[in-house]
Amino acid sequence: MTFRIGPRTSQIIAHIILLLMTIVTVIVLFFIIGYVFKNGFAQLSLEFLTDRTREMGKEGGILPSIIGTLFITVLAIIIATPLGVGSAVYLVEYTRGGLLRKIISFGADCLAGVPSIIFGLFGFIFFVIQLKLGWSILSGSLTLAVMIIPTIIRTSEEAIKAVPQSYREISYSLGGGKLDTILKVVLPTSLPGILTGVILGIGRAIGETAAVIFTAGSSLNMPTSVFSSTRTLAVHFYILAREGISMPKAYGTATVLIIIILFVNLVAYRLMHRFMAKYY
Amino acid sequence: MPKIVIDQLSLFYGQNQVLKNVNLEVYEKEILGVIGPANAGKSSLLRAINRLYEINYARISGKIRLDGEDIFDIPVNDLRRRVGLIFATPVVLPGTIFKNMSYGLKLYRKIKKQKLNDTVADALQAANLWEEVKDRLYESASTLSGGQQQRLCIARTLAMNPEVIMMDEPCSGLDPISTAKIEATMLELKKIYTFLLVTNNTKQAARTADRTAFFLDGELIEVDKTEKIFTNPADARTDDYIRGRFG
Repeated sequence: MTFRIGPRTSQIIAHIILLLMTIVTVIVLFFIIGYVFKNGFAQLSLEFLTDRTREMGKEGGILPSIIGTLFITVLAIIIATPLGVGSAVYLVEYTRGGLLRKIISFGADCLAGVPSIIFGLFGFIFFVIQLKLGWSILSGSLTLAVMIIPTIIRTSEEAIKAVPQSYREISYSLGGGKLDTILKVVLPTSLPGILTGVILGIGRAIGETAAVIFTAGSSLNMPTSVFSSTRTLAVHFYILAREGISMPKAYGTATVLIIIILFVNLVAYRLMHRFMAKYY
Repeated sequence: MPKIVIDQLSLFYGQNQVLKNVNLEVYEKEILGVIGPANAGKSSLLRAINRLYEINYARISGKIRLDGEDIFDIPVNDLRRRVGLIFATPVVLPGTIFKNMSYGLKLYRKIKKQKLNDTVADALQAANLWEEVKDRLYESASTLSGGQQQRLCIARTLAMNPEVIMMDEPCSGLDPISTAKIEATMLELKKIYTFLLVTNNTKQAARTADRTAFFLDGELIEVDKTEKIFTNPADARTDDYIRGRFG
């Protein structure tokens, strides 16, 4: 007699294995966030959020870093989004899927996989030294923009490609031109997908250390313009922990960073749903 | 003078020739049925007339005239407004019923709100859809049934005030009642518009068309009064197709 597993049993086994995999993933995620929150939550206070940083971060708050982080991220997104979406529109709507598109797509994929420290080095040599922008929010944003553009191009490209060709044909057959079709049909329809790419870009930019430490510096002063040097939350956390300045403050900083990321994602998804409700 | 004159029209997708030296005239205020099996070039014919083939990177040779004017001398957006096209599957754009109706109008020129509302209402009435949607103009168009969506597509084209309406198998996905409604709409609108009706349903051509053209493998085999085509066609292949011996 041979041993056989019936189809019913194998279904159950598959179900259990997949469930276990999901549980492991989710547990790891919650463990990390929970661990950071457990150590960092006690640090959160009005003073921590609104005070200047004193004694290299051993005392005081992290307001300059919060402002620097938001400043750099927002500026990077403002620079990267039009460039990325524009490139994606060009690739899908204006090329015939030929060699040019393949080369650019391949290049974007490669760039998306380049370690961020390489971008940091590039930003340092090009923006900080060559263009004489110095260690500044602007240098940091430009570097981050270069880093996240490939992500935005690729996600936008997929979203725009997914717009049914029939929508374009309807627009043309009602007397619409190419630009009308892109602005009024293609982009609104692909917006949720494009926004996903932008959110991924925000996520990469906001938590980045290597690329900004080379380009925005690590000044703890309150930033006053795009030419100020600043220390983002992620960099601040890195320095506090690495140099053993203050582990409690480091966890506090990490907690704030995670909360900001959660908040940004929530707002972005709410905006997306509101838009979808209006258009669909 | 015929409304549309097609002269030695050929259409190519790359090396693939899908229309071969077609000569055809479409008369004012008639329904010209176009029948034939798959790959006969029926849809390509419609896409040649409103130059929609251009977005698929096809090319044509020969001449097409609308009211005696070469279609390449007419700005392409104007041409497509004058010659409307209804597709086989009703495609509503994301957004409300009203937004679908006003899309083409708003592209055309600045239009006052009142005039826009009136045009939309008139077009929906002409397409026999007004009664069903008048209280839900600001609901998503995708909530309509398939038959209603197809009538919305017709209304959307009517709103552009076209001269010719081309339909590419407009009832292929619809139930008999929706089909009957669309055919009734067509017969009513014939007083005002010229129709080109591509259909896989030969009975539909027999019911609605004044004249019928039979296409096979990119060639126009024959065109004549619908009665003649269905009772006593000149070409044996037409007879075979109508009797269902192939295709």
